[in-house]
Amino acid sequence: MNTVELVAKTASEQRKALLNKEITAVELTEAVYKNIEARDEKIGAYNSLTKELALDTAKKVDEKIMKGEELPPLAGIPLALKDNINLKNSYTTAASKILSNFVSPYDATVSKKLKENLIPVIGKANMDEFAMGSSTENSAVKITRNPWNLKKVPGGSSGGSAAAVAAGEATISLGSETGGSVRLPASFCGLVGLKPTYGRVSRYGLIAFASSLDQIGPMGRNVEDTALLLQAIAGHDPNDSTSLPAPVDDYTKNLKKDLKGIKIGYIKELCSDGLQEEVSREVQKAIQTYKELGAEVIEISLPLVKYAVSVYYVVATAEASSNLARFDGVKYGFRAKDADNLYDMYVKTRAQGFGDEVKRRIMLGTYALSSGYYDAYYKKAQQVRRLIKNDFDNAFKKVDVLLSPTCPYTAFDLGSKIDDPLSMYLTDIATITANLAGIPAMNIPVGLDKSGMPIGIQLQADCLQESKMFNVAFKLEEIVQFDYSTPSKILV
Amino acid sequence: MATASMEELRKKYEVVIGLEVHAQLKTKSKIFACDSTEFGNEQNTQISPITLGMPGVLPVLNKECVNMGILTGLALNCTIPEFCKFDRKQYFYPDLPKGYQISQYDQPICINGHIDIGGKRIGITRAHLEEDAGKLVHMGSSGIAGSSYSLVDLNRAGTPLLEIVSEPDMRSSDEARAYMEELRTTLRYIGVCDGNLEEGSMRCDANISVRPVGQKEFGTRAEIKNVNSFKALQRAIEYEIDRQIDIVEAGEEVIQETRLWDDNSGVTKSMRGKEDAHDYRYFPEPDLMPLQISREWVNEIASKMPELPAKRRERYVSYGLTPYDANVLVEQQDIAYFYDKAVNLNADPKTANNFLMKEIAAFLKEEKVTLEETKLTAESFAELINLVTSGIISNNIGKQLVITLLKEGGSAKELVEKQGLGVISDESSLRNAIENVINANPSQVELYRGGKDKLFGFFVGQVMKETKGRANPQLLNKLLKEALNS
Amino acid sequence: MISEKEVRHVAKLARLELTDKEVEKYSAQLGDILKYVELMNEVDTTGIEPMPHAIPIYNVMRDDIVKYEETKEELMKNAPYEEDGFFRVPKIN
Repeated sequence: MNTVELVAKTASEQRKALLNKEITAVELTEAVYKNIEARDEKIGAYNSLTKELALDTAKKVDEKIMKGEELPPLAGIPLALKDNINLKNSYTTAASKILSNFVSPYDATVSKKLKENLIPVIGKANMDEFAMGSSTENSAVKITRNPWNLKKVPGGSSGGSAAAVAAGEATISLGSETGGSVRLPASFCGLVGLKPTYGRVSRYGLIAFASSLDQIGPMGRNVEDTALLLQAIAGHDPNDSTSLPAPVDDYTKNLKKDLKGIKIGYIKELCSDGLQEEVSREVQKAIQTYKELGAEVIEISLPLVKYAVSVYYVVATAEASSNLARFDGVKYGFRAKDADNLYDMYVKTRAQGFGDEVKRRIMLGTYALSSGYYDAYYKKAQQVRRLIKNDFDNAFKKVDVLLSPTCPYTAFDLGSKIDDPLSMYLTDIATITANLAGIPAMNIPVGLDKSGMPIGIQLQADCLQESKMFNVAFKLEEIVQFDYSTPSKILV
Repeated sequence: MATASMEELRKKYEVVIGLEVHAQLKTKSKIFACDSTEFGNEQNTQISPITLGMPGVLPVLNKECVNMGILTGLALNCTIPEFCKFDRKQYFYPDLPKGYQISQYDQPICINGHIDIGGKRIGITRAHLEEDAGKLVHMGSSGIAGSSYSLVDLNRAGTPLLEIVSEPDMRSSDEARAYMEELRTTLRYIGVCDGNLEEGSMRCDANISVRPVGQKEFGTRAEIKNVNSFKALQRAIEYEIDRQIDIVEAGEEVIQETRLWDDNSGVTKSMRGKEDAHDYRYFPEPDLMPLQISREWVNEIASKMPELPAKRRERYVSYGLTPYDANVLVEQQDIAYFYDKAVNLNADPKTANNFLMKEIAAFLKEEKVTLEETKLTAESFAELINLVTSGIISNNIGKQLVITLLKEGGSAKELVEKQGLGVISDESSLRNAIENVINANPSQVELYRGGKDKLFGFFVGQVMKETKGRANPQLLNKLLKEALNS
Repeated sequence: MISEKEVRHVAKLARLELTDKEVEKYSAQLGDILKYVELMNEVDTTGIEPMPHAIPIYNVMRDDIVKYEETKEELMKNAPYEEDGFFRVPKIN
């Protein structure tokens, strides 16, 4: 297999080639940069590249291979890092003008883990500004296009992370989620993408959007790669008070286990109306496949799902309005010029530094927390949130895994929803509940629609049940045999 | 200023005072970050990504702050609820890096306590943990007004604070001062705070209102800030009482607002117009998990409670000290600890106290040093006191020796032996000395014998000088009288 | 549903300078979103505890130890306007 082909393969295939000395880690990394050079102007997956760091890591991997030393499972596998995750001495911009010149003075915990695992970080991936969006069109840096069809969105907010992997500009990537921002772009770009149980992965170093919902999540070309990446970054972190003390599972041990005795529930409210025709068809196919695999498949009703988007847009925006107050031009980042006095500096810096969607959400969140409105909005939303969580708790008493589409439709055209904020928000209708409930959820690609765009199925499991969820996903993946490498072929 | 009619007016009104005190807790590191809390270092040298509120950072709670909060609550007779949590208090200011302060809003760590001052009980509504802001330096003028720009130092940002809120139970500036003093002494004795108003390790805001005597409802209150000493607190309260009475007498309404005390001009000034009413938009801090404070935890801290000032005063009074002396001693913590050590080594409590309050206090004041900085140890002090009370040396010699011990250290016993400082009780030596003095002062002798009784003291002094202070006082008196009257 | 006056007030609390056109636009958009959000009121939440945290953990604390991982230079590097080791800001009056 030549380098060009290898760049489009899975991490395990790349690892085999590295261990067999068919290729060096440096060669693999450089091949990825070659692809970036050839394609990224069209795709726009990256905001900045970290070539020196990546090659340095690759060199270390090659040294170990030469010496015959043991290698961590993903050593030498090129990775794209979402631009809201701090990487020391690199730009970390959250795709915002207000941080366009910000160079991280510290490493996020996950960045430290990537370095420990000898995973070369190729560059910082584009995203919706401050992770607010579902299409990556809200980036203040550039547009990212879906590698499957350059006229369409890659999804958001981790659009760059997904596009990079789909386009052969990285093999694996890290994105982040607040309401589905890993699963949705994974779905639109034909990849596996996961949001772990809340607290399973450290948030220290992830630029906060909504603290009680945010999680960093892995993306890959298949279930195994994604599970290995979760393995590398999961774990308790004393720097993150919300991280879980529970020990980390072996996520790839039981991938192949057969599904006899497994109960799967498809979510009634998400599997019927309002779905794009092909999406509906794929959901039915998946249900059928699981039955044939020996799982028991039943219908589960989660009536509170219809309130999820309302709850989310109160809780997430309220927390975001607070988390973004630190961007004031005083200690770091952009500061407006020609400000007469402090107040002037604040209002101009934030008006000029933040994009439209960010401002909208800050105002919504500020309103929801303001005097006289707290009970009606924030408190009410947190109460409904608890009821939604209870719904899921009850569901998991009856089934092991929940099934639904990740999104009612496939990737839409660039520009088609940008002027209708509410319509854009409803893209997240199937994904948001997992963030509200704190449970793990993932996307697996299962087919293509009429125009050749990927369709994704979503699986959800109870807290800390990632292994079970990976198992269920893996068995479907085996049958479906989805070809994730189509964009690499198109773009060459 | 109070005038004759002001005094009469004052009789018509009652003042209601509540105090909010911010105490900086003496932990090594900050409440949510690992930077040092040391005071007085170069700007922005005690900072970290967390303190600067950099994108992506998260707070982690310092356990010692919780321990100190519980300890303080117990010392102030508070209830420690089983559950408490943190909240965000949001506003924009350059000394507040995150744009919000992590504090406790509706579920604080301590509630429902009290402090007793001279027989009156002052209620404490609550005490809660929060983080301090940084410091601002205003350039181009002496304060914020008229400045041309400002400089921000974030060393102090994130230092742990305990905010202690009293009930509006005080009715005079004296009571307010007494409350502050007792609170400060308590905080010092339990080791949680230096209690230094001038340095800012303890800060005080006063809520003051007036109402006609007999009225049940409280009047509108004003909040007074920038009070940097106990004296300033009293002056500010006195000024504010008169200001508010004037307003009410004129038929107008006192405005609910924050006012700054200006120590130079002796007035409070309105901050109105400088800032709008804050909407702090409190909500639970999502980055910190709540606290469940078990009774075992509370009991463990209670078992380590140091002796509180009130108990200590009682103990000193039981030694025979006057309440006044007991209080003076308690107010000086380092001297009280020293005193306890000496008393434990069997020094007589009253004599020891006398020496501490007179000779030693005068020495420390003149040399501008603390007791710890001198060479006097509790052991040698106890030894000295024993020598005096057992009559081996005279009080006078004791006074001289203590100065030597302060300056040079050493053992009192050894000095007495080496220098032969024991009391002279030998009659013949004393008679010799008396004779020398009489022979050297014939004119005074004649005056005395002629009726000037007051000159007796002169002769006593002279004999003391002659014997280098070692004459046994009672024997000296007896023999001197005999010699002069013969 | 949300007046322009309220939008201006919220913008002030959030320290965002808005043009008149923006005030108009946000007033309409926020109004639509808030209307949608009102859907929540269909749910009976009597006696339900709010859920501020996804997971029930308590007493997460650390020891009182001083340590630094970054230097002052590294941390001040991103300062928009530094003077003598301070962060400089325009006048506050």
